[in-house]
Amino acid sequence: MSAVVTEDRQPFGGGGPSRLVDRVRGAHLSMLPALGALALVWLVLGVIDPAFLSAENLVNLTLQSAPVGVIALGVVMVLLVGQIDLSVGSLSGLAAAVVAVGTVNLGWPVAVSILAAIAVGVVVGLGYGLLSARLGVPSFVFTLGGLLLLAGVQMRVLGPAGSINLPFESWLVRTVQQGFLPPVVAWCLVVVVVAGSATLHLADRFRRLQADLQAPSLGSIAARTGVLAVVLVGTVAYLGTARGVGYSVVLFVWLVVVADVLLRRTRWGRSVRAVGSDRRAARLAGVAVNRTVISCFAACSGLAALGGVLAAGRLAAANQGTGGTDTYLTAIAAAVIGGTSIFGGRGGAWSALVGVLVLQSIANGLTLLDLDLATQQMVTGTVLVLAIVVDTFVRRRRET
Amino acid sequence: MTGDRVQEKTPVPVLSLRGVSKNFGGVHALVDVDLDVREREVLAVVGDNGAGKSTLAGVLAGAYRPDAGEVRLDGAPVVLDPPATARALGIATVFQDLALMDDLDVVENLFLGHETRRGPLLDEVAMERRAWALLDQLAATVPSVREPVRTLSGGQRQVVAVARALLGSPRVVVLDEPTASLGVRQTAEVLNLVVRLRERGHAVVLISHQAADLQAVADRILVLRLGQVHDVFTGDTSYEDLLAAMTGAVRPGTRRGGSRKAVAP
Ligand SMILES: Nc1ncnc2c1ncn2[C@@H]1O[C@H](COP(=O)(O)OP(=O)(O)O)[C@@H](O)[C@H]1O
Ligand SMILES: [Mg+2]
Repeated sequence: MSAVVTEDRQPFGGGGPSRLVDRVRGAHLSMLPALGALALVWLVLGVIDPAFLSAENLVNLTLQSAPVGVIALGVVMVLLVGQIDLSVGSLSGLAAAVVAVGTVNLGWPVAVSILAAIAVGVVVGLGYGLLSARLGVPSFVFTLGGLLLLAGVQMRVLGPAGSINLPFESWLVRTVQQGFLPPVVAWCLVVVVVAGSATLHLADRFRRLQADLQAPSLGSIAARTGVLAVVLVGTVAYLGTARGVGYSVVLFVWLVVVADVLLRRTRWGRSVRAVGSDRRAARLAGVAVNRTVISCFAACSGLAALGGVLAAGRLAAANQGTGGTDTYLTAIAAAVIGGTSIFGGRGGAWSALVGVLVLQSIANGLTLLDLDLATQQMVTGTVLVLAIVVDTFVRRRRET
Repeated sequence: MTGDRVQEKTPVPVLSLRGVSKNFGGVHALVDVDLDVREREVLAVVGDNGAGKSTLAGVLAGAYRPDAGEVRLDGAPVVLDPPATARALGIATVFQDLALMDDLDVVENLFLGHETRRGPLLDEVAMERRAWALLDQLAATVPSVREPVRTLSGGQRQVVAVARALLGSPRVVVLDEPTASLGVRQTAEVLNLVVRLRERGHAVVLISHQAADLQAVADRILVLRLGQVHDVFTGDTSYEDLLAAMTGAVRPGTRRGGSRKAVAP
C-alpha cells in the first residue's frame, strides 16, 4: 500500500504561533479555565487575607487536597469513559473504617489493612462495572444505590461506637500526617523530573524530525521545561520554608502522572476516551467496550478506597462522618472543574489535581475568613455550576 | 469490461450470505438475502432509502447478528459479530454515519483498536507517519491529523473513515454510501480507489443509492428492495433499468405525458 506513496513530506508548511497552540492541544487546553480559576481564587483570597498564601497554610492546603484528590482522579476515569460514580465518598468512608477496624480491633498489620481496604474498593468497582456493562443499567442509578448501601456497611463495620481512633505511632498516621520529603530528596526529585521531562521532549522532537513530521520547536520545549522548573522549584522552595512537601502529596502527584501516561500513551487509555466519546463507534472499531468500562469502575473505586485510607491517616481516625456528602461532591466537582467533561471522552488526569486545588483553596480560604459552611457551599456550588456551563459550552461549540 | 476477469475469478466466493434475514421488531429489514462477492470484484448494492442496505452493511461488519441464514467466508460458515471479529477475519466496513469518535483526533481514530506500540507505550510517530501516507494516497486535504475529527468537514471525515477501513489490508471492504457527502473530486478519488482496491485483489461491496456512481466501477449490481434481493444485474446495466428495479416504477423512458400518479402502479 505504501508503494503508492512516493515521497516523505512535511505535512505542515511552516511554524507560526498556531503551532504552539497545536502542541498544547486536547487535555491541556481544556485545563486553561481551571488554571485561570485557581489563579483568581488565590489572588482574591491572598488579598483578603494574606495568611492564606503563607507557606504553612499552603502546606495544609496540599495535605487537605491529597485524599480527595486521589478520589477525584478515580472520578476522572469513570467520567472519561462516559459514566459516573456517586458512591466514591461512601466507599472512601468504608475503606477508612476497614483500615481502622483491621489495625485496631483485629490487630492486622497496617499494610494488610490497607490492602484489604483497597481490595474492597476494587471488588465494589468490578461489581459496578459488571452492572453497567452486562445489564446496561445507568451508572447514575446503581452508584446512587451504592452510596447508601456502602454508607450503611461503613456504619456496621465501625460498630456501635461509630468512631475508631488510629494510634499515632501507626506508620500510616505518621507518614500521612507528619511525613515530609527531606529537602535533599525533594531537590533531587526536582532535578530528575525537570531533566527527565526535557530529555523526553527532545527525544520526541528528534524522532519526529527523523520521520519528517511536524516537531515542537526548541523554543517551545525550552518554554515548557522552564515553566515546569519554575513551578517545581517554587513549590519545593516555598513549602520548604514551612514543613515541606508531604508524602501523601507526593503519592497523589505520582498517581496523577501515572494515570496521565496510562490515559494518553497506552491502548487502554485510548479505548477509555473512545468509549466515552462514542460507545457504539468504539464497539464498531473493535474496542473491548465492556472490559474498558469495567476497568474504569474498578480503578475509580480502588482510588476512592485509597483516598479513604489517606483520609483516615490524616485524621488518625475513622468515623461515620469520614467520606460524608461533601467528599463525593468535592471529588466529582473537582474532576469537572479541572476540565474533564461530564459527557465523556474529554479531559485528563491533571484535571483532578487542578480541580481539587481550586475547591480546597476555596474551602480553606473561607474557613480562614471564618465564613460559615453555608457560604462555603454556596461559593463551591456556584463554581461547580460555572464549570459545567463552560463544559457544556465547549461541547456545543465543538459540535457546530 | 468484465470479460477477461470472469475467467480469473476464484470459484469460491470470499464472502457469501445465504438466506440471511434481520428484523428490527416488526420491521423486516433483510429478508432471505443471498449474496456472493469474490476476490477482484466490485459488487454494488443499490436500493431506495429504507431498502435495508445499511442493515446489510451492519451484518457484514458484525454489528448485527442475522436472525436467520448463514454467513460464509471462503465457503466455511462463520459468525462475524462482534465487529472486532469481522475485522479480524479481514472484513472492513465504512459505515454510513462513519462511526468516528468525535473527541479523538485523526490518528487516534485511524488506529483505534490496532495501535502501533513501542514497548508498552503507543508509537505516535509511526502512527502519524502512516496516517499521512494513507491520507495522501486518498488525496485527502486534512489540515492536521492531531485535531479532533469533530473539527473536520463532512468530506474530510468521510476520507478518514475510508482510510481507517483500508488499514491492515482487509480482504473485503464494505463501503456504505462512501460518496454521499463528497465533492466531485473526492467522489472521483473514492471511485478510483475502489478500482485500485479491485486491482489489488480485494473484494469490494459498494453500497449506494446513487446508481450513476456505480456503473463506472461495478462488476455486478445487486438491487435491494424492501429488504429482498430484487435482482442482480451486470455492471453495464442502464441507469433506467436500475432505477426501475430499485423503485418498482415504470421505466422513465416509457412514461408518457400526464401526472406521476397516472403511471405509478
Ligand atoms: N437499529 C434499528 N432499529 C430499528 N429499525 C431499524 C434499525 N436499523 C434500520 N431499521 C429499519 O430497517 C429498515 C432498513 O433500514 P436501512 O438498512 O438503514 O436502509 P437503507 O440503508 O437502505 O436506507 C428501515 O425500515 C429502518 O427503519
Ligand atoms: Mg443506509
